[in-house]
Amino acid sequence: MKKAEHLLSQATLQKSPTGIQGFDEITAGGLPAGRPTLVCGSAGCGKTLFGIEFLVRGTTLYNEPGVFMSFEETNEELIKNVASLGFDLEDLIKHKKIALDHVHIERSEIEETGEYDLEGLFIRLGYAIDSIGAKRVVLDTIESLFAGLLNQMILRAELRRLFRWLKEKGVTAIITGERGEDTLTRQGLEEYVSDCVIMLDHRVTEQTSTRRLRVVKYRGSLHGTNEYPFLIDETGFSVLPVTSLGLEHKVSNERISSGITELDKMLEGKGYFRGSTVLVSGTAGVGKTSMAAHFAEAACKRGERVLYFCFEESPSQLMRNMRSIGINLEPWAHRGLLQFQATRPTFYGLEMHLAVTHKAVNAFNPEIVIMDPINTFILGDTENEVKSMLMRIVDFLKGNQITALFTSLTSSESALESSDVGISSLIDTWLLLRDIELNGERNRGMYVLKSRGMANSNQIREFILTDNGVKLRDVYVGASGVLTGSARIAQEAHENAGLLRQKQDIERKRRELERKRKVMEARVAALHAEFKSQESEALKNLEAEQEIIRLQKMDKIEMAASRKSVTEKRKTKKHTKP
Amino acid sequence: MKKKKEEAKETTISFDEAMPGLHEGRYILRLFITGTTAKSVLALTNLKKICEEYLEGGYELEVIDLYQNPGLARDEQIIAAPTLIKKLPLPFRRIIGDMSDIEKVLMGLEIKQLQIRPEND
Repeated sequence: MKKAEHLLSQATLQKSPTGIQGFDEITAGGLPAGRPTLVCGSAGCGKTLFGIEFLVRGTTLYNEPGVFMSFEETNEELIKNVASLGFDLEDLIKHKKIALDHVHIERSEIEETGEYDLEGLFIRLGYAIDSIGAKRVVLDTIESLFAGLLNQMILRAELRRLFRWLKEKGVTAIITGERGEDTLTRQGLEEYVSDCVIMLDHRVTEQTSTRRLRVVKYRGSLHGTNEYPFLIDETGFSVLPVTSLGLEHKVSNERISSGITELDKMLEGKGYFRGSTVLVSGTAGVGKTSMAAHFAEAACKRGERVLYFCFEESPSQLMRNMRSIGINLEPWAHRGLLQFQATRPTFYGLEMHLAVTHKAVNAFNPEIVIMDPINTFILGDTENEVKSMLMRIVDFLKGNQITALFTSLTSSESALESSDVGISSLIDTWLLLRDIELNGERNRGMYVLKSRGMANSNQIREFILTDNGVKLRDVYVGASGVLTGSARIAQEAHENAGLLRQKQDIERKRRELERKRKVMEARVAALHAEFKSQESEALKNLEAEQEIIRLQKMDKIEMAASRKSVTEKRKTKKHTKP
Repeated sequence: MKKKKEEAKETTISFDEAMPGLHEGRYILRLFITGTTAKSVLALTNLKKICEEYLEGGYELEVIDLYQNPGLARDEQIIAAPTLIKKLPLPFRRIIGDMSDIEKVLMGLEIKQLQIRPEND
């Protein structure tokens, strides 16, 4: 979508890249080619430098020579002034890449005696343009003419003609103008130069100065409408796009270790996403820097480059402190994989910080950026600005697929989950470190507050700093909340004892059972024996009884034999019997 | 300003006294014009008339066409056209315009004051 718009604007309007860092981004390609642009602003806001850089970059980067017509500074002054920014104008002039022309107007030596025009100026400019084949022209500050010449009618008509003439010449021109009280320029130049107007501003808030640039108007082109902070340093001008160019960063599925095994386990066992933004927040002294150092060390071990911004400690102090928990960063720093950028946040304004970040990142080209901590910025600046700055940093880093780890100090009074800077929405993975005060001890707990795009653990872990780095332990939830430190150790011992007891119990029960079984078996054997003895006795009785019955029968027969008569009678009956 | 008046006074005396021998305070003038534009032509005729009238024989006038010598525009710090530069006598002056305001041209050349002075005194 953006590309299409970009192409469209290209088709309708040719643009002339300025080569000024960031400026071409916000104007989608630079200044309108072959047209004049008005650059206005108050004294000392960098108009001249903007013009000079436009020419120097134009000739060195795009092979477009340029003419600088100065109405204020002499050529010598100009050369000297911009030499501090690394521009060698003398050399460029010698090689016919840049032509300087200082227009000197001395009111006291001029007498106006009727109709005149500024053809002299046109000829001078035309001559300078033709002498080097210039494609770019800067007129700095043409309004000085109004101080030198009285006839305003002529002047205005001639200025109008000059801008038309510049257009006809097809040169891309910058006209600078001093800012007026209510108007953009004192003499209302914006009336004549209506294609593109850029305003530079230099403000001081809370003793820190900030330079800002705004594209007031850009006919026939899309442009960023915000105020963009810019910097002037030893490499010239750099404009920083405030809000990023959209949420269009490419995302990576690659995972990188946090440097702490247990933490990786909490994050699906794999760690952070590459290119994501990690925030470690917590109260003072909970180990935020230690986590950052772990991450840095792990990255260096993988052979990645780490850029570490420390805003509270000096690099050597940080390295010494980290050595105490077994993280040795020094070799990595020596090997050039780890670079420290240590400054106090109050050292310069937010924009400067942003610019320094940009520059350092572009120069070092790291895979990982650590900022420790981010909220010290608030000391000097308003929260809103800090947030917008961090947003820009986050977007910039994301755009470059750089994994960022920020630490943030939360004051113990405010809610733990409200990070001071309120940047939670920018953060992909948020680790919260908190101290847990219990039983006269202060221990550290850690949990994953959020982690976009992964099933993270919901557990609170105890966070222990050992000689071998950070370790995470399970915490116990007791009657009075989570148990940490010695309470946890006591709980552990308690549980171990319980376990032992249980084991012994089982053993005891098993023995009891065995015994019971044996008793049961013995009883069964006894019963068995008893039954046997009874059985045999019973059998004996039965036999005895049967013997008695037989004997009785025998007795009866014998008796019958002795009583003969009865026996005869009975004989018949006996016959019937078997 | 005061200094200028004094200077002018001195000139007055010398001018009055040495009226015929002007070569001592000889006027060296350069007129820069731009081709044959109406203003250029007018300026040239006006200037010639003034010089004939007030500086007869006591001046050197060089007419330069800027179109022919564009480099001179920078060297002589010229922005307006036509421009008349009074190189000598000092002070250095620039008289711009088509010279139709003769009073002002004379003031620029510092001739007018000379003329008025005796009447005022």
